[in-house]
Amino acid sequence: MSDITMIEAVNLALHHGMEHDPAMVILGEDIGINGGVFRATVDLLGRFGPERVLDTPLAENMIAGVAVGMAAQGLHPVAEIQFMGFIYPALDQMVSHAGRLRNRTRGRLSCPMVLRAPYGGGIHAPEHHSESTEALFAHIPGLRVVIPSSPTRAYGLLLASIRNPDPVIFLEPKRVYRLMKQGVKDNGEALPLDTCFVLRPGSDITLVSWGAMMHETQLAAEQLASEGVDAEVIDLATIKPIDMETILESVGRTGRCVIIQEAASTCSVGSEIAARLAEEGLMSLFAPIRRVSGYDTVMPMFRNEKHYMPSTERILQAVKETLEYA
Amino acid sequence: MIKTTSFEIAYHQFLQPNGEPSGGLPPLARDTDTLHALYHNMVFTRLYDERAVNMQRTGQIGTFASSLGQEAIGAGVGHAMQPDDIIAPSFRESGALFFRGFRVRDLLLYWGGDERGMSNPDVGDDFPICVPISTHCTHAAGAAFAVKYRNEPRVVVCLIGDGGTSKGDFYEAINLAGVWNLPLVVVINNNQWAISVPRSMQTKTETLAQKAIAAGIPGIQIDGNDPIAVRHHVAEAIENARHGNGPTLIEAISYRLCHHTTADDATRYRSDKELEAHRQYDPVPRLRTYMTQQGIWSEEQETQLQTDCKTAIEQEVQHYLASEPQPPESMFDSLYATLPGELESQRRSLMGKE
Repeated sequence: MSDITMIEAVNLALHHGMEHDPAMVILGEDIGINGGVFRATVDLLGRFGPERVLDTPLAENMIAGVAVGMAAQGLHPVAEIQFMGFIYPALDQMVSHAGRLRNRTRGRLSCPMVLRAPYGGGIHAPEHHSESTEALFAHIPGLRVVIPSSPTRAYGLLLASIRNPDPVIFLEPKRVYRLMKQGVKDNGEALPLDTCFVLRPGSDITLVSWGAMMHETQLAAEQLASEGVDAEVIDLATIKPIDMETILESVGRTGRCVIIQEAASTCSVGSEIAARLAEEGLMSLFAPIRRVSGYDTVMPMFRNEKHYMPSTERILQAVKETLEYA
Repeated sequence: MIKTTSFEIAYHQFLQPNGEPSGGLPPLARDTDTLHALYHNMVFTRLYDERAVNMQRTGQIGTFASSLGQEAIGAGVGHAMQPDDIIAPSFRESGALFFRGFRVRDLLLYWGGDERGMSNPDVGDDFPICVPISTHCTHAAGAAFAVKYRNEPRVVVCLIGDGGTSKGDFYEAINLAGVWNLPLVVVINNNQWAISVPRSMQTKTETLAQKAIAAGIPGIQIDGNDPIAVRHHVAEAIENARHGNGPTLIEAISYRLCHHTTADDATRYRSDKELEAHRQYDPVPRLRTYMTQQGIWSEEQETQLQTDCKTAIEQEVQHYLASEPQPPESMFDSLYATLPGELESQRRSLMGKE
């Protein structure tokens, strides 16, 4: 076991998948000799050859559609979209076909594919490279949307996604690609999908987040602990379907909940969690549910992106108001 | 000026509209069984379409897309394919789907609003009907990669319409098929109309076949109302692909003698004069005339075929009409391999259990 970054963990999981599953192929733009613009696919071409590691022409809709066709034929394609800002041409394929193929053939065909994309802000990238639009996919029946927040979970959740018999959108928060290192065992063990991870047990308030915002959320929880507030921290991990059972159980104990997300607020994953808590957990709430989100604005270019993304201070302010609610 | 490239597009026809040979004929023009099979499929498809349109008019199925006047394309493509090949159809190729093992009851179920229409396990791994235009072209390319990857001697045939060639999906798929040398044949049913938009407003290119040039693959035009031309050239392209020679684009020129679908009224945008002028190119009498002249078709055979097809279709219609509806909760049952917990509670709610 060695200490590795999230991007290395993604690479490790891809290697493990390719090693053990001859039906798995990898495709995308610049994923071959270049190893991906973030190096997620580095060394795969040399190890597994151009028959299985496929640099494609530059057409995101085609990448997703070809993956659908491969998956319908029993392959396990893992396709990379270079940045989430370029994923929208692929949305048609994911909505119209990937999420529907099993249903519309009543199981005669299925679509065991993974569509990977780096997403989110905070790396001073050019325009269109920093949005968090995971809710677009979370809205779509038949899809799964999975977001890791650490090297360990990137490895285990990506392996689970590769082995999943249905289509998975796997969004990698690129701000934390190299933010931390963790010891990751390359033992091929997947982590469960459709399940939250409780990163820190607590009894005073529930903080729910995912992806890169787990970092600020955990910093906030540490700050709160030093002030005597015991926050429970939940990593959503699979944002569709949502493991509401874990969240409801937690909020049932704490009575307070703040949801932290980098995405714009309206019609977001945070909106869904808040709605479900209101529907199923209202009587256990001592205070209104709060969402700490990006604003409903166009994601600013990088000079102002830090003002868009929730800061630890904004999280702490929301927690304070939630705790002080009479 | 330095000339860097030039191209030409060949047009192929064996039977003239009056059923007379245009010139030399391929061997299949002397193959009675093949000609009978093509003709049977075209007549069957025409009678099925007629019945299905009537069923829509009487509320027994939903919106339906007929292939009237374009039956030679479905017949020729379906007959040219080997059983293990893979079809990626659009929604106007019933004749090809009948050759692939889809039954009338399957297609009626589909147009009758029931997902089971595309579930018949006997059709193997053929793709289901694809309604969003050209979005299946990339699936066909992906499937073609898969069979090539596994070294299987199979070919994927994708069907689209003339309107479909204006979409990026189409170009992206043939471009990839060229780069990756995939065993893919794309057949365009150029029936001159994409609902109300005529071919002349779809693209300024002189032919649709020449779009292949931009993907670096062969492209040809054929008379899509000549069943012998369709069968011959599609089979040639399929066998080329099977032997590792890569993809082909075929523009089959036809004409939509019907409305776009039963929800359309073509009289709003198309003159009766134009429609009537195209009836002379009808593929069904064309093949019948040729077979009659060859002495391999008679009035008695025609009468018998019509009776047999109508009887077979009627039996299938009765199967369809007698089919039990799916239970409402079936909408959950093939959504995922295993239904996630939160959907399980929605399923119970639909069933009135909570």
